[in-house]
Amino acid sequence: MNHSNNAVWVFAEQRDGEFLPVVYEILTEARGIAEKLNTNLCAVAFGQGVTGKLDQLAAFGAQTILCTDAPEFSTYTTGVYTRQLAELIHQYSPAVLFIGATHNGRDLGPRLASRLDTGLTADCTSLDVDADTGNLLMTRPAFGGNLMATIISPNRHPQMATVRPGVFKAMPLPGAPAAAVVQATSQVQSGDMLTEIVHVVKEKSQEEDITRARIIVAGGRGLGNATGFDLLQELADCLGGTVAASRAAVDAGWINNARQVGQTGKTVQPELYIACGISGAIQHLAGMNKARTIVAINKDKDAPIFKAAHYGLVGDLFQVVPALVKQLKSQEKGTKS
Amino acid sequence: MNILVCIKQVPDTREIRVDLETGTMIRKGVPSIINPDDLHALEYALTLKDEDPDTHVVVLSMGPLQAKEALIECLCMGADQAILLSDRAFGGADTWATANTLAAAVRRLQPFDLILCGQQAIDGDTAQVGPQLAERLAIPQITYAQSVRLENHSVQVERQMEDGYQLVKADLPILITATRKLNQPRYMNIRDIVKVHQADDPVQVWGLEDLDLDPGQVGLKGSPTRVKRSFSPAASSEVRFFSGTADEMAASLIDSFRTLNLIEK
Repeated sequence: MNHSNNAVWVFAEQRDGEFLPVVYEILTEARGIAEKLNTNLCAVAFGQGVTGKLDQLAAFGAQTILCTDAPEFSTYTTGVYTRQLAELIHQYSPAVLFIGATHNGRDLGPRLASRLDTGLTADCTSLDVDADTGNLLMTRPAFGGNLMATIISPNRHPQMATVRPGVFKAMPLPGAPAAAVVQATSQVQSGDMLTEIVHVVKEKSQEEDITRARIIVAGGRGLGNATGFDLLQELADCLGGTVAASRAAVDAGWINNARQVGQTGKTVQPELYIACGISGAIQHLAGMNKARTIVAINKDKDAPIFKAAHYGLVGDLFQVVPALVKQLKSQEKGTKS
Repeated sequence: MNILVCIKQVPDTREIRVDLETGTMIRKGVPSIINPDDLHALEYALTLKDEDPDTHVVVLSMGPLQAKEALIECLCMGADQAILLSDRAFGGADTWATANTLAAAVRRLQPFDLILCGQQAIDGDTAQVGPQLAERLAIPQITYAQSVRLENHSVQVERQMEDGYQLVKADLPILITATRKLNQPRYMNIRDIVKVHQADDPVQVWGLEDLDLDPGQVGLKGSPTRVKRSFSPAASSEVRFFSGTADEMAASLIDSFRTLNLIEK
C-alpha cells in the first residue's frame, strides 16, 4: 500500500454511522494540500458497518480509504481510536493528518500526538503549504482570537492539525473516481478499553443550528437585557433568518450558548449578518467575518464592528430595528395585496 | 485520596484590545487571572475534600515566577499544596513540551487517584495539555466533564457533546477536564488566607534540575511546533454608512438588501 505512505490523511469521524459535515469540509480543503505536496489524499474511517458508506468520502476527493469496520469502533472512545490510528500511522507513515475539531476530535488529537511524539495545532482556520520547505502552514486564532498565528511542525511526523468545523466549504469533486479501499483489522488491546460509554443522551435542541443559517441577526451587549432578543427575533422572522449572539450576551445569560458566534462560539458564513449592539471584539469577528454581507447597527460610530461591516447604521438599535421590521412588514403586505 | 489540579495563569483575553492601526495586541494593563475552566477543576477537587477531609489537593502549574500569585489564590481557596514549575529552560513550550514537563513533575509527586484540568485555556484555546498529560502518564482521560460522580474508586462522568452528553464510566486513576457547567467556583476564605500568609514559602518552585528531564525535551527546544508568524485578524472592508433618521436608514438598508437579492423585490 505504497500510496498511503507520505499521504495526506483525513480522519473521517462518524456518529451513528454518518460522517460529520466537517469531514467533507476537510477533504475539500485537503485536496489542494495533497496536490501541493504531490501526494495522495487518504481518508481513515472507523466504525461498525461503515464500509457501505465509503463512497461518500471518495466523492469528496479521497483517493484511498483506510477502513476499520468492527463493533468496538461503533462509538468513539479515546483508547480504542487512539490505538488503531497510532498503529496505522506507524504502518503507513502519512505526512499529514487532519482531524475535525469536534469534541471527539479534540479528545483524540492530543492523545494521539502525545503518543506519536509529534506536534499538533489546534482548531485551525486556514491551511497551506510552504512552497520552499514543503512544511504544512497551519493558521489558527490565539489569545481569544485577538491574534492569528501560523504554526509549523517541521521536524516530526505526521504534521497534525485539528480543523475547526464550519470554516471550509464542502464541495464534492466533480468526476471523482472510486477510491481504493483498504480494510485494516482492529489492533485494539484490552488495555485500550478503560473507559466505557454507559449511554448517550441527545438533548433535543430547541436551538436552530446557526451555522446553517442563510441570514443571521445577532445581538450583543447593546441589547441591554434578554428581552432585546425578542426584537431581533422579529427582524429575523421578517427576513427568514435566525438569531445569534456575541459572547457578551451569552455570558450575561440572555441567550443560549448554542447561538454564540466567535472564537469560543461558532463560525458562521451566512449570506447576510446583521450585528446589532455588538462592538466587534476581534474574537467575535473571527466567527463571522466571512459572511458575504455584514451590516452593523451601533450607537458608537467608532465601534470596531464598523471596520468589518459593509453597511453601517450609526444609531439606536431600539429605533433602527423596529423601523426595519415595520417597513419590511408593510412591504410584505404590499406585495400580497 | 490524592488529587492533582493543573492550573494556568493567563492574561484575561476578554480584556485584550487590538490597536487597529498597527494590528498589534495591547497587553498593557491586561490583568493576569487563573484560567476560568481551571477554577472549575479546582472547585471539584475542593468539593471532594469538603466531603472527605483526608483528601489531599495539590495544585500544579508551569510558568514564570509571577504565576505564584495564581497558585497562592488556589491555596487561599483551600488547596493543600502548590508547586510551580519555573525555569528559563521551560519558556516557549508548546503543548507537547508542557505536558512532558508536567508529567515529569507528577512522577516526582505521590501517585494521584484523580487529575483534574480545565477543559481549555483562554489564551490558547487548544484543549490539548490535559489529554497529552494523560497519555504521558498512561492513564485514561475523560474530557468535557459537565458532571462527575465518584463512587468506590470509579467515576461516572457526563461528557458534554455538541448535541447532548455521554455518560462515561471508568476506574481511577483518571484525568478529567472540567467545563464551566461542572460547578460554581468558590471564593478564597479567611481561614486559608491567614494560613497561607503565615507560611514562609507557600509555593514550592521546581526547576529543570528538580525534574528527571533532558533539556532538549522542554521549552522551545523540546517543542515540535513553532510559530512561524503571527498577525492581526482585523478585517478591513469598505463600510458604507447610511445617514438620516432611523426610518430613513432602514429604508436605505432595505433598498440595498433588494439590490443584493437578499429579499424579494
